[in-house]
Amino acid sequence: MAEAAAGRGRRAGARLREGAPLLPFFAYLVIFLVIPTVAVLVGSVYLDGSFSFGRIHELFSSTALAALWKSVLLSASTAVVGAVLGAVLAWLVASSPPTSVLRRMMLSLCSVLAQFGGVALAFAFVATVGSTGVLTLWVAHLGVDLAGSGWLYTLTGLVLVYTYFQIPLMVIVFLPALEGLKAQWREAAVSLGATGWQYWRQVAVPLLTPAFLGSMLLLFANAFAAYATAAALVSIGSPIVPLLIRQALTSEVVLGQSGFAYALALEMIVVVAVVMVAYTLLVRRTSRWLR
Amino acid sequence: MTRRTRALRVVLLVLFGIFFLLPIYASALFSLRRPGGGHSMAAWTAIVSDDQLYPAVLVSLGLAFVSVVLMLLLLVPTMIWVRLRAPWARRLVEFLCLLPLTIPALVIVVGLKGVYAWVTYFLGFIGLGESALALTFIYVVLTLPYAYRALDTSLSAIDLQTLAEAARSLGAGWTATITRVVVPNIWSGMLSASFIAIAVVLGEYTIASLMGYQNLQVVIVLLGKTDGPTSVAASLATILLGFVLLLVLSLATRGRRRHVVGGAVR
Amino acid sequence: MSQRPTERTPSDRSRPGVSVELTDLTRTYGQVNALDGLTLRLEPGELVALLGPSGCGKTTALRILAGLDEATSGTVAVDGQDLTSVPANKRDMGMVFQAYSLFPHLTVLDNVAFGLKLRGDDRTNRHLRAAEMLELVGLSEHSEKYASQLSGGQQQRVALARALAIRPRVLLLDEPLSALDAKVRVQLREEIRRVQLEVGTTTLFVTHDQEEALAVADRVGVMSHGRLEQIAAPAELYAHPATPFVAEFVGLNNKVPAVVSAGKAEVLGVQVPTLVGSVEDAGLAMVRPESLSVRADSEGTASITSVAFLGPISRVHCTLADQTPVIAQLTSSQARDLAPGQRVSLEVEPAPVLVVPAATMGA
Ligand SMILES: Nc1ncnc2c1ncn2[C@@H]1O[C@H](COP(=O)(O)OP(=O)(O)OP(=O)(O)O)[C@@H](O)[C@H]1O
Ligand SMILES: [Mg+2]
Repeated sequence: MAEAAAGRGRRAGARLREGAPLLPFFAYLVIFLVIPTVAVLVGSVYLDGSFSFGRIHELFSSTALAALWKSVLLSASTAVVGAVLGAVLAWLVASSPPTSVLRRMMLSLCSVLAQFGGVALAFAFVATVGSTGVLTLWVAHLGVDLAGSGWLYTLTGLVLVYTYFQIPLMVIVFLPALEGLKAQWREAAVSLGATGWQYWRQVAVPLLTPAFLGSMLLLFANAFAAYATAAALVSIGSPIVPLLIRQALTSEVVLGQSGFAYALALEMIVVVAVVMVAYTLLVRRTSRWLR
Repeated sequence: MTRRTRALRVVLLVLFGIFFLLPIYASALFSLRRPGGGHSMAAWTAIVSDDQLYPAVLVSLGLAFVSVVLMLLLLVPTMIWVRLRAPWARRLVEFLCLLPLTIPALVIVVGLKGVYAWVTYFLGFIGLGESALALTFIYVVLTLPYAYRALDTSLSAIDLQTLAEAARSLGAGWTATITRVVVPNIWSGMLSASFIAIAVVLGEYTIASLMGYQNLQVVIVLLGKTDGPTSVAASLATILLGFVLLLVLSLATRGRRRHVVGGAVR
Repeated sequence: MSQRPTERTPSDRSRPGVSVELTDLTRTYGQVNALDGLTLRLEPGELVALLGPSGCGKTTALRILAGLDEATSGTVAVDGQDLTSVPANKRDMGMVFQAYSLFPHLTVLDNVAFGLKLRGDDRTNRHLRAAEMLELVGLSEHSEKYASQLSGGQQQRVALARALAIRPRVLLLDEPLSALDAKVRVQLREEIRRVQLEVGTTTLFVTHDQEEALAVADRVGVMSHGRLEQIAAPAELYAHPATPFVAEFVGLNNKVPAVVSAGKAEVLGVQVPTLVGSVEDAGLAMVRPESLSVRADSEGTASITSVAFLGPISRVHCTLADQTPVIAQLTSSQARDLAPGQRVSLEVEPAPVLVVPAATMGA
């Protein structure tokens, strides 16, 4: 008994020694990631010493629901379009020689546009199809009013600009799956009598479906959480959840708005977390197939 | 490949090329416009001369530098240690590093509103006051998923255990083992992590703007209301810089085929 | 469903083997001549093993036959019918790859039934046939598993069953055993041979393992640099190598100085007959390690440098008087009393040898 306890003690001591160098890392992440997240979870129902479901309740107000609906619409439409077009682009990339400079340039560009563009993409579109945009002025000669009634600064504009970063993101997340398709599978299928089309239909598509759906979910989460592009484009009104959060944060002095940001952030966590869990499950299945 | 698919490929590539390059090309043209008509480089020179923009450029570059250093200091020893001595913590470290992909930056901002006061206080205490450098601490978190993947790839490529055992059997202590033996071998991964972190920080808008700091992207948006060409020039410059960084990286790590995968924290 | 070269009903059990003819095939990749005038004929029902060092063009030949690659010039004919313009999916060739070619999203049974499904067989028929094929390779109880749940050897058996299920005209195997460990390799190669004899399909088996080739094939073709060096029955190839390359490739690694006159060579003091293709004067005789015997002899001109014990056999490394290194393979009991440094005399068994010019076999 005593010996076993001593053994346990020694093991615990070893753990402690092994774990000590990890403390700064854990402490850092607790402070700057875990605590803020928990603060949101808690803050949505408990603030300034009082407990209330009022803020959660407010999520079901017509403004908040409308924003949620538009966010979902924006995220879903750009996820679907981005996934389909991105998969096509990924196929083009995958079937080019792996060492070609063009391919590397395409991938680097995709990476930048998908992950680090934010504000810049908004301005690129303002410069292209805004009221004095380059393309707008070009086609103005033909009598076409491209900028129209400022659609670029509404949900329609967001759909366009979001698609612009969703396609490259799809390329980046879907390419590994495409590259995981082994040449032997095609050749085995063909030698068993499959036409190119039959190979795609019966082998490649079923194999890629989980990865495709997973990537689409990731795109959805990405669009749902995106803020910079929308914030840079839309300055009036708050059509989508992230902009509603901005509004709640910047006008907290307004009575009744106080703390609403917490509830909205909670809503965002829930949506994104659900989607990401589904993504993880789908990707796990694919990675077993396409190793 | 049949002739039909080849033709299809070319057509599709051209269409995608137009869709992706047109806005960039248009930005370039737009940034060269002069308010009264005609062309000028004024918008581009403003990046290093405008008294609102240039300080913001410096702030963002400074943030990028400090964040990269802090990120490496935090992550490299941790990841090495986890592989060498504490494998039981590996999943946890991975989970925490990838977590920022699932928690939108926006959420972190909301959560920080209450918690962050003491950090500002602490910075004031060490003499940095209300400096935008306070953003560093969150930016490190944002860069973690990308940095983790880059480092993980290069750590997986070496036999860390054997390398460390060899070094220790030759008399090196843990610090010497890590700094003199392991780090030189994962140099490329650290470089990737740093480049990507730079791209993340230079493009960051959400947190800075909502917390009221003036970094590059925040000022670009401000300028957008008064001086279109300059803001377009500056945003094009960030895209191009990011592109060049990643392209250099992909050419430098030729042969290794791993990509930076993950959702954006926008 | 598309038209196939021959109509079959699901009931016809096995087809008689067909002949295969590769004529003067060349294939160039940029500067590299992967195939350089390969001509090869397979008789109906025959199993031919293609043997050769890495990069000699074996895979290329197989893929051209399967229609997965196009020859730069030359023709492919099966059963006298030119296939050059027939696409791969109409060629009716069953193929087994080196590894990992099973479709991971299908069960073992569906993998085997895949080709039949493409041929429009109905569900019952194709499952019956697939089950029959799994029975043949001894995997009936695994039919509902996925590839990731099988061992490497089992996966290759499934791949074999899948290739055979379509009753291919020709069976093509590209190093099907190279990803497996030694024991499974031996077991499975025997199984492949058994199955092949049972169904009687003309088979091309690519390998770079000479033991494997000699063990399973009716005839073995040795390739080098994109051409066929020799094709012959295993015993024939072993006893009568036609070229120095073949001789060396099938394990004749001793080169002993010899003098030839009147069709006889004097090797280590013994008169032995020479093979066709030998030189007519002084040269190097290619002698197999197991044809040499070693006798302890204090007067001997050779000496032992080392003895390697390999279980039932031992390899004795010696140097001759002129410093030529040779290896003799003895049973371990014969080698028991031999030790490094000992003086010995070597004797060669009087089987025919190939004598090559000393120059061609330089370093
Ligand atoms: N797609 C290709 N592109 C360029 N060169 C190729 C290609 N395929 C094969 N080769 C070249 O052709 C030659 C023959 O290749 P092949 O694959 O037929 O060799 P092999 O005999 O099967 O070798 P191994 O035993 O290693 O499989 C090699 O030199 C190879 O480099
Ligand atoms: Mg090969």
